[in-house]
Amino acid sequence: MVQTDTAPLVVLDGVQKHFGDLHVLRDIHLTVRTGEVVVVIGPSGSGKSTLCRTINRLETIDEGTISVAGTPLPAEGKELARLRADVGMVFQSFNLFAHKTVLENVTLGPVKSKRQSKAEAKRSAQELLERVGVADQAGKLPAQLSGGQQQRVAIARALAMKPQVMLFDEPTSALDPEMINEVLDVMTDLAKDGMTMIVVTHEMGFARRAAHRVVFMDGGQIVEEGTPEEFFTAPRTDRAKDFLSKILTH
Amino acid sequence: MGSYWADFTELFSQYDVLAAFRITLLLSGLSAVGSLILGTIIAVMRVSPVPSMRAAGAFYVNTIRNTPLTLIIVFCSLGLFYTLGIALADKSSPTFLDDNNVRLAVLGLSVYHAAFVAEALRSGVNTVPTGQAEAARAIGLGFGQTMRIVIMPQAFRGAVAPLGNALIALIKNTTVASAIGVAEASALMKTMIEFRPDVIFAVFLLFALGFVIIVLPTGVLITWASRRLAVQR
Repeated sequence: MVQTDTAPLVVLDGVQKHFGDLHVLRDIHLTVRTGEVVVVIGPSGSGKSTLCRTINRLETIDEGTISVAGTPLPAEGKELARLRADVGMVFQSFNLFAHKTVLENVTLGPVKSKRQSKAEAKRSAQELLERVGVADQAGKLPAQLSGGQQQRVAIARALAMKPQVMLFDEPTSALDPEMINEVLDVMTDLAKDGMTMIVVTHEMGFARRAAHRVVFMDGGQIVEEGTPEEFFTAPRTDRAKDFLSKILTH
Repeated sequence: MGSYWADFTELFSQYDVLAAFRITLLLSGLSAVGSLILGTIIAVMRVSPVPSMRAAGAFYVNTIRNTPLTLIIVFCSLGLFYTLGIALADKSSPTFLDDNNVRLAVLGLSVYHAAFVAEALRSGVNTVPTGQAEAARAIGLGFGQTMRIVIMPQAFRGAVAPLGNALIALIKNTTVASAIGVAEASALMKTMIEFRPDVIFAVFLLFALGFVIIVLPTGVLITWASRRLAVQR
């Protein structure tokens, strides 16, 4: 199940980042291979969300390099926009365009940055909405949907760009408990279909079920990484043992 | 009471009140469009990622907003037209002076109110959560597209009320155009005050009423529109 033979898709090399005096990312080395699902876990403030956001340059980095499919992240402008189109992003707070309908949210990217025809974009958007189970909501505004539905639309919006890799930044943290599973199910299906995914989450069940590799972060560093089996049953570092003992007891 | 009514009808028959208010409406309409276009450009400059653009936008707002409108309007006439010879109408036209003055006034009013429109829009931009821009960038939109498709449409809808206040101020500020000889409402009022001082209260009341008739529905419309257009989050 673990993909070790495919090509590296996302490579972070010696990445450093500061927010003022705070050293949020300390010398991060991480390689994600095509088709691999990597779950990043760790306590709040460990830098895991920042790590996720640097990969499509929503956050800049101070040192090191990040490359996607062999191309280093461009600084700004058209090149960067093109790269972002290849990296799907799902946010904690959904961030659906509030003034556009569900369908428009999904077709906007393909039409405006991939120059797809409207009819074609609409057709594939409807397929995607079908796939995430919200096809019947296509004409509604985001505010008329439940949180779980909004997040599934956000996943469809990211998929519409046909990305090479999907980033999930705590996709279920803002959801009511009963809506978490409908989103995780969509993500699990995606993982099964071979999508390369980097998922920042607190959902350990999802990590066990869908991840090929778990990366544990604390204090801006990658403290430990391994298969879910290794990590959850026999964590090597004290910090990881401590973290797991606190979250897995109940 | 009867005599007041007689004063009004007399003023109406003696002077073309409606024509004067037509000019007021013309100035308001054209300047509203002009200041909206210019103000939008300034607002986008003020939130752009380029520091020199932001600085230029801030400079414009701070300079224009703190300059008296009379000064700007008079400059448009004395400075642009009489000194620099910049005419905004066809010189051979028989209505050249009137046209030129109206257009210079529209220019001055637009330039002045653009600063307030820009500030209203900037407050509108601040009502749009940063996540909206991040999501737009994440699907590969550039700065221009993000602004045009995602941020500004929401900013306008969040800024209807302050934009409406700017519009109301603009309508009343058109009276300054009389300083450069535009025959709008307040210019006619000055004429009436000069020639009919005997009915001075009727004159004031007439123009006060005229402006209330224009501005009050504008205010009602704005309140309705700001509720109607508000972005549901």
